[in-house]
Amino acid sequence: MQELVNRAKELLSSGAVNRVLGWKKGDLGYNPEPAFFETAEELEEFVYNGFCGANLSKYMIEACKQEGKTLVMLKPCDSYSFNQLLKEHRVVRENAYIIGVGCRGKLDVERMKKLGIKGITAVSGAEMDGPDTLTVETLYGTKTCAYNDAMLERCHVCKGKEHVVFDEVIGESVDTVDAERFSEVEKIEAMSPEEKFAFFQKELSKCIRCNACRNVCPACSCRKCVFDSTKFDSAQKANVDSFEEKMFHIIRAFHVAGRCTDCGECSRVCPQGIPLHLFNRKFIKDINEFYGEFQAGSDAEAKGPLTDFTFEDVEPSIVAERG
Amino acid sequence: MQRIGVFVCHCGSNIAATVDVKKVAEMALKEPGVVHADDYPYMCSEAGQALIAEAIREKKLTGIVVCSCSPRMHEATFRKAAERAGINPYMVEIANIREHCSWIHKDMEVATEKAVILARAAIAKVNLNAPLQPGESLVTKRALVIGGGIAGIQTALDIAEAGYEVDIVEKTPSIGGRMSQLDKTFPTLDCSACILTPKMVEAAAHEKITIHTYSEVEKVSGFVGDFTVDIRKKARSIDMTKCTGCGLCQEKCPSKKALSEFNRGLSTRSAIYTPFAQAIPNVPVIDRESCIKFKTGKCGLCEKICQAGAIDYSQQDEIVTQKYGAIVVATGFDTIKLDRYDEFAYNQSKDVITSLELERIMNAAGPTKGHLERLSDGKHPKHIVFVQCVGSRCSDDRGKSYCSKICCMYTAKHAMLIRDKYPDVDVTVFYIDVRTPGKNFDEFYRRAVEEYGVNYVKGQVGKVAPQPDGQLLVQAVDMLDNKQIKTYADMVVLATAIEPEPSVRKIATMVTASIDTNNFLTEGHAKLRPVESPTAGIFLSGVCQGPKDIPETVAQAGAAAVKAIGLLAKDKLMTNPCTAKSDELLCNGCSACANVCPYGAITYEDKEINDHGIRETRRVAVVNNALCQGCGACTVTCPSGAMDLQGFSNRQIIAEVDAICR
Repeated sequence: MQELVNRAKELLSSGAVNRVLGWKKGDLGYNPEPAFFETAEELEEFVYNGFCGANLSKYMIEACKQEGKTLVMLKPCDSYSFNQLLKEHRVVRENAYIIGVGCRGKLDVERMKKLGIKGITAVSGAEMDGPDTLTVETLYGTKTCAYNDAMLERCHVCKGKEHVVFDEVIGESVDTVDAERFSEVEKIEAMSPEEKFAFFQKELSKCIRCNACRNVCPACSCRKCVFDSTKFDSAQKANVDSFEEKMFHIIRAFHVAGRCTDCGECSRVCPQGIPLHLFNRKFIKDINEFYGEFQAGSDAEAKGPLTDFTFEDVEPSIVAERG
Repeated sequence: MQRIGVFVCHCGSNIAATVDVKKVAEMALKEPGVVHADDYPYMCSEAGQALIAEAIREKKLTGIVVCSCSPRMHEATFRKAAERAGINPYMVEIANIREHCSWIHKDMEVATEKAVILARAAIAKVNLNAPLQPGESLVTKRALVIGGGIAGIQTALDIAEAGYEVDIVEKTPSIGGRMSQLDKTFPTLDCSACILTPKMVEAAAHEKITIHTYSEVEKVSGFVGDFTVDIRKKARSIDMTKCTGCGLCQEKCPSKKALSEFNRGLSTRSAIYTPFAQAIPNVPVIDRESCIKFKTGKCGLCEKICQAGAIDYSQQDEIVTQKYGAIVVATGFDTIKLDRYDEFAYNQSKDVITSLELERIMNAAGPTKGHLERLSDGKHPKHIVFVQCVGSRCSDDRGKSYCSKICCMYTAKHAMLIRDKYPDVDVTVFYIDVRTPGKNFDEFYRRAVEEYGVNYVKGQVGKVAPQPDGQLLVQAVDMLDNKQIKTYADMVVLATAIEPEPSVRKIATMVTASIDTNNFLTEGHAKLRPVESPTAGIFLSGVCQGPKDIPETVAQAGAAAVKAIGLLAKDKLMTNPCTAKSDELLCNGCSACANVCPYGAITYEDKEINDHGIRETRRVAVVNNALCQGCGACTVTCPSGAMDLQGFSNRQIIAEVDAICR
């Protein structure tokens, strides 16, 4: 972490960058938050540890409009989001100085709670070079758990250790894959239509429409969301539906289809713990099957599978038949 | 608020027999905005249109809904009627209660309910309609014909004769197409080359016709009246301006093992070749895959002996870009592959051949110099069996469901010619039906049976088994005598089904012409627009539209030419105002719309935007209305909903869906 701070200070003081986009300490030990730093003093608050799950790519849309360059810290998976935004002309490559930061998997405090660790007051061992076991201070005494057991779902199906876009890389990344990316989707696919409906009704009915998923999503970067616009009837419709959220989440999934990098931020930030990434991952699985393996954001040039036509494309009837 | 009139057509009994038209009018009157509703036996008639015009004037209508047949039939009629009565033609919506309702339902109650719903949807849409003004576009007075067979040649000649420039693009080294491979033509038995060659020569010599052989259409953009086409002229390796066509190079070329495409692979040709003696242009090409010079760098013999110095190994493919007002597709056909018909032993025995191969065998320039002989041992056959409908009228997925249409006649021709030239050869034809509708066709077939003694057996062949002695055991059924037949033949000729030339799929995609499940191009209307594609400015000539013989092909080629001429004769065309429009304030600048636009109508500009006080330069989509064809691909792709289609806006479509689901 200190290496990151040192390098950031160096680039700030040399004038190579005008500001630094990173993470700073939150009000609790396990919730650091995205932050801009403009001076060496401000950087004292900089933090980078296992709880820095937040993907900073989306902040670059506004940062790129500012004077000068912005130094942005991107984890390997975040770099896919940045690339996708680059493809969509939402960020300007020349206005970004990208430090690819190493990653050993990011932590999910909700998972720790599910492991029975409640009343958390402090966590140690979340540092980049920390031990394999986390030590957690709770109201009920000190508890421990394996680092990997507390990892976010997305890290168990990690896209890889490599950054797809960067100016320099600081820190080593660790291979954290230990699960099948599409196994949860396959379970849902195997359900009957009634079971599927019941499953999504149960999950989506938890939604409080806080819009956190939309606001954090790097693919949801429209200047004006259709749900916030009076030009469309989408918002009103979503509100009057029998379980209102199905319209919202399903429309959102359609809107990001083919562009979603599967960064998992939607599920990470959902205060209700809805597995929102499953919608997107179903689209990704279908795209892979219909149009060949595709990872959004893996490059900044090629047309996406849903915005390209080739003679090899499957016929719509086949898509319809398969469901 | 709109003032909407609803007009329900009976279409005689076409609609009124299944839909309670009075009730539809009555229900429509309850919809928001509707101030007038009426029904009439024939809304499209003069009297019906007058009724609409009168209501528009008297009730001061701002928009109308006509509940009638498909908009493809009469949308234009009602738009014109509305315009004459003083309202914008785009304030007219059609509720299709005939094709979408009365014709497909039997129960009056259900059909009426559906008609009411369809009317409701159209009313909901008209409520959101806005007047639109069409623009104008210029017509490029030049036509492109894709395919240089008899269809393409005839179309090109007819267009050229009317005084317009025409380009023919042919992918093989010569024009002529399938007809050039035929020996004789039914029902008059003219020599195919004798009647085709003059046409080829005429096309080549015509001052208005430019022929691009060994060329393919690479890219098509634009729209009716103003297409821009990239033509790839493949490297011929010969300078066409220098070559005298002496043929010495072909004679001396040491690489003679390539299979002759013209002779259907039954003979070989040199690596530098013209496909056949009457080829136009009479300039060879070098098949680089067979040429020793291209393969090993050694040889170069043709260059050494060419007096004219026409050989150019360094030639590259060239892209010619040209503008056209009309495009005629005349890509023709090929025979289907017989891989899935093992029972006929086509791949096992050289003496089982297709009818097109027989054409080459019978032809003096063919692999056997016109002598009828077995390809396996050169022996004269004593008994030839013809099998009809190989892959045609097929009920499983091995072949084609359709009748290939030409096989009955050419088989009668083959049988007759063989019996005429070689009376010692017995000929048996196995058929499902003999189909001979056409002028002098049935007479022709009867001559084969009655005068030439061809043995026609109604029944299908189940198996052809090559025997150790080289004969072919043919097992079949005689359906009239209801008995099994086993007969030995020296040759078996398969009347192989024809299918559209496979490259037509690619061409159809480029010109955005629709295609059916058999890869035949779809006509605008099966009966009333048989030579026009539903895509404006694209015309269909020959077998690319459906199986045809030569007389029909030539007739259709002429018809396609007339349609193209009709277009080229116009100086200007009205453009469709239902084009896409981007809302600058909502546009993200992501390029998704430009990526999906098949017409290249969307570009991006950096524009100074004032978004409720926020002034900034933004990258925003701009639609070129002249290029946009209103397909709507961009509107469904745009994640922010910035892209909308005029006349079919997202709100209008959602309003229709809402009205249906209400």
